Amino acid sequence: MTEFLAMGGYAAYVWGAYGVMALLLATECWHLRHRHRALRARLRRLARLPGLEEGT
Amino acid sequence: MAERGVQWFRFAAPARFYGLAGRLVPWLAGVAMLLFAFGVYLGLAVAPPDYQQGDSYRILYIHVPAAWMSMFLYLLMAAYAVIGLVWRIKVAQAMARAVAPTGALFTVLALWTGALWGKPTWGVFWVWDARLTSELILLFLYLGYMALHAAIDDRRRADDASALLALVGVVNVPIIYFSVRWWNTLHQGASIRVTEAPTMATIMFVTLLVMTLACWLYASAVILARARIEVLEREHHSAWAQAVLEKPE
Repeated sequence: MTEFLAMGGYAAYVWGAYGVMALLLATECWHLRHRHRALRARLRRLARLPGLEEGT
Repeated sequence: MAERGVQWFRFAAPARFYGLAGRLVPWLAGVAMLLFAFGVYLGLAVAPPDYQQGDSYRILYIHVPAAWMSMFLYLLMAAYAVIGLVWRIKVAQAMARAVAPTGALFTVLALWTGALWGKPTWGVFWVWDARLTSELILLFLYLGYMALHAAIDDRRRADDASALLALVGVVNVPIIYFSVRWWNTLHQGASIRVTEAPTMATIMFVTLLVMTLACWLYASAVILARARIEVLEREHHSAWAQAVLEKPE
């Protein structure tokens, strides 16, 4: 196990690459989910306002 | 658009797209995650160390698919932007904008993993050679596209202006691709060509294939999910969007 984690002496490079990939993909998914929920909430609030049109 | 005889356009109708994409995204994302798990297992645990580079070459199982995706997604973004510009298809305009952040992400990943592979292999994180520099320009094109779109308030003008930028930037993609042949670069040439057998062991080739497929499915999932948000935002006054908002999700 220790040998596997050491990656033949290239641990920082290999895990640095795989770790950053996992981090970037997870962040993108989380951000999309958050954005979708926020938009739905905003549009629902907008729909409840009678006779008001959004500026943009 | 809803007139009889124009069935094809129905697939491009925002309402239909929103529903269809919503059903596709979980499947694409699920299969992508399985393939990522399998590909990372193959790449880190099953494939043997390289006889020259040792274990550092395992970074290439991310680097190569990420670099391919960065170029492919740019062409996809430009294609959607032009379709949106010429035929004014709303879904295409939304798709063009939805591709950009994921394209930029894969470009960052290609540059980052390239630097981490370059240090133990070449002795440097970065050199200003043609391949690396043109890939960096690709990142600036993605960022420029996103910034330009965000800077213009009127959505129609933003779509048109950024579509032109995307189109002009296409010239960079063949420069990246052929840079290793046109110039003397520190970056090596391609090991996989469509016309020849790959010059690597089968297990390495299979791992690369699995990781590429995973990246491709992942990109499809997040781009469709982002395009749905984009379409909903653009169409929120229409009857279908109001109906969608009524339903809990």
